[in-house]
Amino acid sequence: MSLAEPAALPVAASVPPRLHLLQRFTGRFKVSLPAYLLLLPSLVFLALFTYGAMGRVLIDALYQRATPKAPLRFVGLDNISAVLADPYFTGAVVNNLVYAVGTAIPSIGLALLFALALARTNVVTSALRAALFLPVLIPMVAASALFLFIFLPNVGLLDYYIGGLLPVVPNWLGDPDIALYAIMIITIWKNAGYYMLFFLAGLQSVPEDVMEAAHLDGAGPFMRLRYIILPELKPTFLFVIVIATLNAVTQVDHVFVMTKGGPSNSTNLVLFYIYQQAVEHYDIGKASAATMLTLAALMGLTALSFRTMANREGGP
Amino acid sequence: MKLIDRLTKDVPLATRREITPKLGFLLTVLLALVWLIPFLWMGVATLRPPSDGINLMAELMPSLKPTLDNIRDAWEIGDFPRYFLNTTIICTGILLVQFVTITLAGFAFARLDFAGKTLIFYLFLMQLMLVPVLLIVPNLRIIAQFGLYDTLAGVMMPFFASAFGTFLMRQAFEAIPTELEDAALIDGASLFQRIRHIYVPLSIPSFSAFAIISVTSHWNDFLWPLMVINSPDKRPLTVGLSVFTATAEGTQAWGTIAAGTLMVIAPLLITFLIFQKRFISSFVTSGIK
Repeated sequence: MSLAEPAALPVAASVPPRLHLLQRFTGRFKVSLPAYLLLLPSLVFLALFTYGAMGRVLIDALYQRATPKAPLRFVGLDNISAVLADPYFTGAVVNNLVYAVGTAIPSIGLALLFALALARTNVVTSALRAALFLPVLIPMVAASALFLFIFLPNVGLLDYYIGGLLPVVPNWLGDPDIALYAIMIITIWKNAGYYMLFFLAGLQSVPEDVMEAAHLDGAGPFMRLRYIILPELKPTFLFVIVIATLNAVTQVDHVFVMTKGGPSNSTNLVLFYIYQQAVEHYDIGKASAATMLTLAALMGLTALSFRTMANREGGP
Repeated sequence: MKLIDRLTKDVPLATRREITPKLGFLLTVLLALVWLIPFLWMGVATLRPPSDGINLMAELMPSLKPTLDNIRDAWEIGDFPRYFLNTTIICTGILLVQFVTITLAGFAFARLDFAGKTLIFYLFLMQLMLVPVLLIVPNLRIIAQFGLYDTLAGVMMPFFASAFGTFLMRQAFEAIPTELEDAALIDGASLFQRIRHIYVPLSIPSFSAFAIISVTSHWNDFLWPLMVINSPDKRPLTVGLSVFTATAEGTQAWGTIAAGTLMVIAPLLITFLIFQKRFISSFVTSGIK
């Protein structure tokens, strides 16, 4: 399109350059229009309930009411500092961290054991897989209803069968030192079978010839697990850890049904705190500030794990 | 998705051989039995006559005189048919709208070229990362502004668009050979006709995988409907069960609680037992629910 050959582009040359650009733009838009129309229904709902909601959280976090009926006023970062200074919030964060680590490690460990044990496919292993997967399907509320009785002091299932073996019969859900761990048991029971699926899928990529060679070289099952299978499962581990972390922050239905965050806030988790601030205390500012902090932490974590995964796959 | 293909195949022979020592297998068998105990108790307690009293409530050996009294009581105390209906309406409504939105968007990403494709793709990706459960507070306010507080439509609306579903359909559509579409194009088929008669029918497995994930997760959803719904007659199963449990717990009616829980989870459990393979591969596909 050099000036040396203007005759080659008679139309373009007669159009002012700016209009030319506009034409190119409208031309491109015309080509893109069908795609935009197809995307529109999804984008409307995403705009409302994802980006809009996200923006709303950011704005709401900056405002506060002095009393429930007072007008909103701009308070800047006051809500955020108020949340960070709130011992109930920091308590919930600590509980949530304990809960996340304490549920992720056992459920991932069990999931790996289950997957290794049930790797071969036959009638027995299919039945066992189904048994371990059943809890994944039921609502957390239903699991909580069942575990309410399991944990019932003295007459409940746990105390009925093993209470006699313990020096003191614990009040599983009523003791602030134990309640969080009791809640964790439900989560482990519910999630191990889910994570098992990913390890089962991951195991299929373990190279057969390497395993065969190691076998011929006399490597025992533990050697092969340590040096061949576990390294091969690294991406699966990473993926499952991300899901387990997300689950630890988003699964709180059992807290609602079983303990309401108690006793003495020992089972209060971050999402339950947000719910309490918004629905029970009508404090949208604080709820939004807490939501914002949690979202930031989770998004940072997800981005980090995506990058790690991308590096792994892109690497040599 | 690659995972789904991998799961349906068997583990390579050499990997299978001696992959776990016998001890590991034995431990897994024992744990699988432990995993079933809550379900076992639920079944036994449901059929146990209330006259057995609280002291025998934890007994896992079934009573010799099974009774349906608990089921009848649960049926009378809780408004289960209503809860069922509400949950069914919610799940069906969400799924039907999702089918439309994910088909259209999935097609655009799979087969059309347009300005800003990467940007819009990332906008969709954001929904996966933002974890909808955490946005309950702003979403409740948006729903209230639409006048949809305390309506089933309000429970459904935030889930009408699905990034996961869109990506799933995009992948399914990309796998369909373009020759089929070219032939239809020569015959003068419009865009919608091509989607309707070529892409949709050839992607039924992906639609059914998505349906399983969508219905399971919304069937089990609790926190969001709890916040949106106020009227007792609009409660879905999960919210109904939590209220029911709280009531029956006060009177120590554990047999009734077991019966109520059984009624709530039976439909999904039965469907799972029939379509086990489908469920499991759909869950692997879903990754993040």
